[in-house]
Amino acid sequence: MLQLISLLVENKPGALMRVTGVLSARGYNIESLTVARTLDPELSRMTIQAEVEAAIRPLVIKQIQRLVNVVQAVDLTDTQAVCRELMLVKVRVSDEMRAALLKEAEVFRARVVDAAPGAYTLEATGASEKLDAFLEMMRTYGEIEVIRSGAMAMPRSTKENKRVTTKGKDLRKVSV
Amino acid sequence: MVMKGARIVLEALAREGCEVIFGYPGGVTLPIYDSLYDHHIRHILVRHEENACFAAEGYARSTGKVGVCMATSGPGATNLVTGLVDALMDSIPVVAITGQVPQNLIGRDAFQEADTFGITRSCTKHNYLVKDVNDLARSIHEAFHIASTGRPGPVLVDITKDVLLSQGMYHAPGPIHLRGYKVSLEGHAGQIKRAAQMIWEAERPYVYAGGGIVASGAAEELREFAEVLEAPVAETLMGLGSLASEHPHCIGLLGMHGSYAANMGISNADLLIALGVRFDDRVTGRLEAFARHAKVVHVDIDPAEIGKNRHADLPIVGDVKHVLGRLNKLLAETKGTEGRAKAQARARWMEQTREWRQLHPFSTAYSDTEIKPQFLVREIDRVLGGNAILSADVGQHQMWAAQYVRFKRPRQWINSGGLGAMGFGLPAAIGAQCGNPDKLVFALIGDGGFQMSLPELSTIASYGLPIKIVVMNNGCLGMIRQWQELFYNKRYCAMELDSFPNCELLAAAFGMKGRTIDKPQQVAEALHEAIEEPGPYLLNVKVTPEENVYPMVPAGGAVNEMILDTPAPVEVGD
Ligand SMILES: Cc1ncc(C[n+]2csc(CCOP(=O)(O)OP(=O)(O)O)c2C)c(N)n1
Repeated sequence: MLQLISLLVENKPGALMRVTGVLSARGYNIESLTVARTLDPELSRMTIQAEVEAAIRPLVIKQIQRLVNVVQAVDLTDTQAVCRELMLVKVRVSDEMRAALLKEAEVFRARVVDAAPGAYTLEATGASEKLDAFLEMMRTYGEIEVIRSGAMAMPRSTKENKRVTTKGKDLRKVSV
Repeated sequence: MVMKGARIVLEALAREGCEVIFGYPGGVTLPIYDSLYDHHIRHILVRHEENACFAAEGYARSTGKVGVCMATSGPGATNLVTGLVDALMDSIPVVAITGQVPQNLIGRDAFQEADTFGITRSCTKHNYLVKDVNDLARSIHEAFHIASTGRPGPVLVDITKDVLLSQGMYHAPGPIHLRGYKVSLEGHAGQIKRAAQMIWEAERPYVYAGGGIVASGAAEELREFAEVLEAPVAETLMGLGSLASEHPHCIGLLGMHGSYAANMGISNADLLIALGVRFDDRVTGRLEAFARHAKVVHVDIDPAEIGKNRHADLPIVGDVKHVLGRLNKLLAETKGTEGRAKAQARARWMEQTREWRQLHPFSTAYSDTEIKPQFLVREIDRVLGGNAILSADVGQHQMWAAQYVRFKRPRQWINSGGLGAMGFGLPAAIGAQCGNPDKLVFALIGDGGFQMSLPELSTIASYGLPIKIVVMNNGCLGMIRQWQELFYNKRYCAMELDSFPNCELLAAAFGMKGRTIDKPQQVAEALHEAIEEPGPYLLNVKVTPEENVYPMVPAGGAVNEMILDTPAPVEVGD
């Protein structure tokens, strides 16, 4: 299973490299990584999925947390975190199949974001497994091209996030 | 105040208490050198940037203050790398200033451009690339803050040449607040209380003291702790001197070349009190066999150390000085009550470790005709009497020094522990001497490491640093020879070092005194001569090459399965 890491990092040059360095120094492959600013423009939220053995995970979190630019590091692997991914799929589809494809897309709540003769580009969001299933389905209509964002994860507002590790003050009260 | 960036660098350094910079100039740092021309900060021109960083470390390790080194862009900066990693491994506060090509040239393969920020990212605790003169002062003050607080370490500030040349404001630093950088000093009160309970419940408590004691200045607290508890204290290579070697509770070095008593102690203890240590593999040997009867109380300021190599039954994240201070108080209060139950068992245990010490003390190898390296180091210890700073290089001589040389306090013992970087000893002695002009500084170096740092003889000569250099000359890379003898069937390869230069001529070439000796009767007298010489002194001591450092725990072996030069031990206790 992949480790799911959620980070709050200072929005500074090199911060991303410091974080990924902790993983790459051990030869761990990063499966996905998303990063963007938070409401606080000085901070970015990063979600990382990486191949890390279970025994090493707490250490990885602590070593990332130790970085000067990292405000908060949380392991969401075995939590109920909400985890979503965005995907764009371009499907080359014959004229007679277009209607069927659109219907199928609807089942997965995918939207058409571009249409051209012979091809649709669809946008879908959801849990990674759902997107995998959607892709399998789209493959049956014709040749596909895919871009995935990688997972974004947010802890659920339950007792769970009381376990959030923060440096110093309680960051859960800061809305970012 | 408005001033040039280069001047801001010096203002900020001066404000941080920097008295000396170890450096080497180059094209892009020339503006700083131009400002240094009429500035009170002293600059020591070393002969290689790697040595600038080692010297800054020697200064920091011996004084406890932040060491500062400086190098130009490209090759200057890349030459710093070994020193930065060394400081990172041993948690030594160093601030490195490097020049970078002007920012309009960055990324264009400009002359002497290197991605210093990228290269040193994993070699430092933190690093900066300064591209705006208005960020300059703050970056340098933050660098000192980060380097010297929490778990200390090296911080590099890379500054583009245009920043050094442009005019900016120098603001005195306000309190530094970094959102991602928090240090907890205090330690959890409840955990400290539980630690006290665990301690009084133990029959065979054992104190494992490391570099954290030195870094936090907790030597006094450690002594009190050992005395209240009446437990044996073993020291790591980085912790030597944290408890005076002569203290009755001190059982010396622990680990691969640790004392029999220290290694047997840790293997039989039922409680390990680990203070400012990181359970390094050179200490633990095979982890599964390490301290297998012991519960572990682990105190460290770096949360990432807790549970990294060994599970901590009771973790305490905090500054070891704070934590021990409070723990000592608790223990003193409860000694007469809770402390009584196991007092007898503890006394028996202390007695047991003393017996181990007598059973297998460190080797007393001696010959009338040739100088045994062990004898050389014992003589150095005897002559110095715990009153000097001793900087060692890396190899057999370092291990013998760690075994034999007695220290009265922390910061007398300077060595490259975690990285084991040959070439460290001599430049580190330069830094130590600059930071302690009135103290006697000895450098004990192998003939291999000495030849790695030869150019620094020139630095020593030109600044008249009265360092006493002792080369333990065994004509080979001793530690390599030892491993090839023990683990590679004596298939000696690439370990011989012939054509060592004529020491007297070499020393004379640098205008210093030099002498070669090869008889045991000459050792003490030559050491005294070195000490009495007002300037630097180079003493080349020819020793028996075929001596090994014992005890030895083979890499990956169990700590209590030491190779001794005496018959194998029988395990005592359970
Ligand atoms: C920079 C560096 N290169 C290689 C080594 C590996 N090494 C460890 S000890 C040693 C031999 C050191 O020989 P010498 O300086 O003569 O000291 P001795 O062991 O003889 O006391 C070597 C090569 C090292 N520690 N550092």
